Amino acid sequence: MAKYVTIQVKRREPPPGPDAVGEHCKQCNALLAEGDLERNLRVCPHCGYHYVLPAHERVAMLADLGTADFLAEEVRAIDPLQFTDLRPYPERVSEAQLKTGLTEAFLAVLCEVAGIPTALGVLDFKFLGGSMGSVVGERFCRLTQVAIEQRRPLVIVAGSGGARMQEGLFSLMQMAKTVVAVQMLGKAGLPYVTILTHPTTGGVFASFATVADVILAEPGAVMSFSGARIIEQTIREKLPPGFGSSESQLEHGQVDMVVDRRELKGRLVQILSFLRGGESDA
Amino acid sequence: MPERITPEAAWETVLLARHQDRPQTLDYIAHALPDFLELSGDRLHGDDKAVIGGFATLENTPIILIGHQKGRTLKDRQERSFGMARPEGYRKAMRLARIGEKFGLPVVTLVDTPGAYPGKDAEEGGQAGAIARSIETFAGLGVPTVTVVIGEGGSGGALALAVADRVMMLENSIYSVISPEGCAALVWRDSAEAARAAAALRVGAKGLFDLGLIDVLIPEPKGGAHLDHPLMARRVMHEVQLALRDLMPLDPDERLRLRQQKYTKMGRYATDSSR
Repeated sequence: MAKYVTIQVKRREPPPGPDAVGEHCKQCNALLAEGDLERNLRVCPHCGYHYVLPAHERVAMLADLGTADFLAEEVRAIDPLQFTDLRPYPERVSEAQLKTGLTEAFLAVLCEVAGIPTALGVLDFKFLGGSMGSVVGERFCRLTQVAIEQRRPLVIVAGSGGARMQEGLFSLMQMAKTVVAVQMLGKAGLPYVTILTHPTTGGVFASFATVADVILAEPGAVMSFSGARIIEQTIREKLPPGFGSSESQLEHGQVDMVVDRRELKGRLVQILSFLRGGESDA
Repeated sequence: MPERITPEAAWETVLLARHQDRPQTLDYIAHALPDFLELSGDRLHGDDKAVIGGFATLENTPIILIGHQKGRTLKDRQERSFGMARPEGYRKAMRLARIGEKFGLPVVTLVDTPGAYPGKDAEEGGQAGAIARSIETFAGLGVPTVTVVIGEGGSGGALALAVADRVMMLENSIYSVISPEGCAALVWRDSAEAARAAAALRVGAKGLFDLGLIDVLIPEPKGGAHLDHPLMARRVMHEVQLALRDLMPLDPDERLRLRQQKYTKMGRYATDSSR
């Protein structure tokens, strides 16, 4: 048996999570005053780093004041596989509900965006990693259905780790379900715009997020189908810094533009106006 | 709710689904589709050998056949990336499916992949978008479509070729949102728990059939499909023929409508408005 020498290693502080806002920006280390991030759409006023934005704040940012109506809130998760790993799946759902104040990872909203009646869907990464299970798929479809009936453009803000593992193949099928919904929207000639935020991966990235007419991405967001860890294990090499970032996706032709959150609404309105062509009630 | 299976039984199915002698797409072609004519390339970037496809005749009906091919010898497996397709593989599949659509040929897919290829070039080449577009393309075909999961149905890389009017699975095949090893590593932080994950995810064909997630369950020869390739090939193509006989008389719009309806209904949730 080999002998080992014990070396004293200074423990480094664990890096803060994307939401862990201390007094200093985790990116540029600049001192942040109380409420600095909240007032600034959770973008660092010094370096422009984009922190994860909770779904309700995203709705408040995009929807005109007082116009948001929430749809399909009654659609709730069940446990179709009676999935238990370390804990039963329903417990994980309840905990996510308490933590986020949301009923599920997807908010389906009817609202106006600069006066344009819009169907807006927002994923919240803090709710079980923004994972797509049956509820996300169903809310997405209901929102799309209303968009078709009321001839509204569909705008989806993605931020997700992928499919919700605990619902097994039911979650995988949501990829097909949401893409079929988008296809029906397209047949009705209605615009579809996605906004990809950090992170957008797996089954969400490989379904409704990427079949839009126009795809926007927030700066520094990471997008990947397989995930960096799996890729590094497979090809046995380190990925370059910035792999899968919005900027890299733009360079590789996978998104239309990278837009700073502080300019996002204006840009979105401009795109929706173009896509609506003659169909304007303004 | 299907009965629970033990981790041991679930793992036995996983091993059979991945058995190296299990019939692959080229074996089905060799035993049941004598006039198969392979087409190559995605017309954009390359030819991905993890996915093969072309023309074939099934009971006097010309079809488009598309399938994953894992390969058998080490060299063959490496050339085919063990059946893990890159964007060009999915784009080739879409291209062939569109030929089927244009000339009224039913499209049959055989699914057998650990998943989409996880690599830097694949990602930068638009892996996610290729899978999404493939789902969209197959969902939008007016011609009859049949999918048979013959071995491994690995996540989005499988679904990209598995949106169809009829989805069938071989008795000892598996289909899952995540590999049992991947699931085990995520929740138990230990890939050795893969058997438990396989049972919890209900990856086996029988469980998925009982949950209504697939349409047809195809029995295998006793001991597994690898023991009798000719019999398995005949049985699979017979089932595909039966499905096509049902589907072909329908109007393209009707097929499309029924397929959309099928996928729109996918999922299990509660609608408790009392809350």
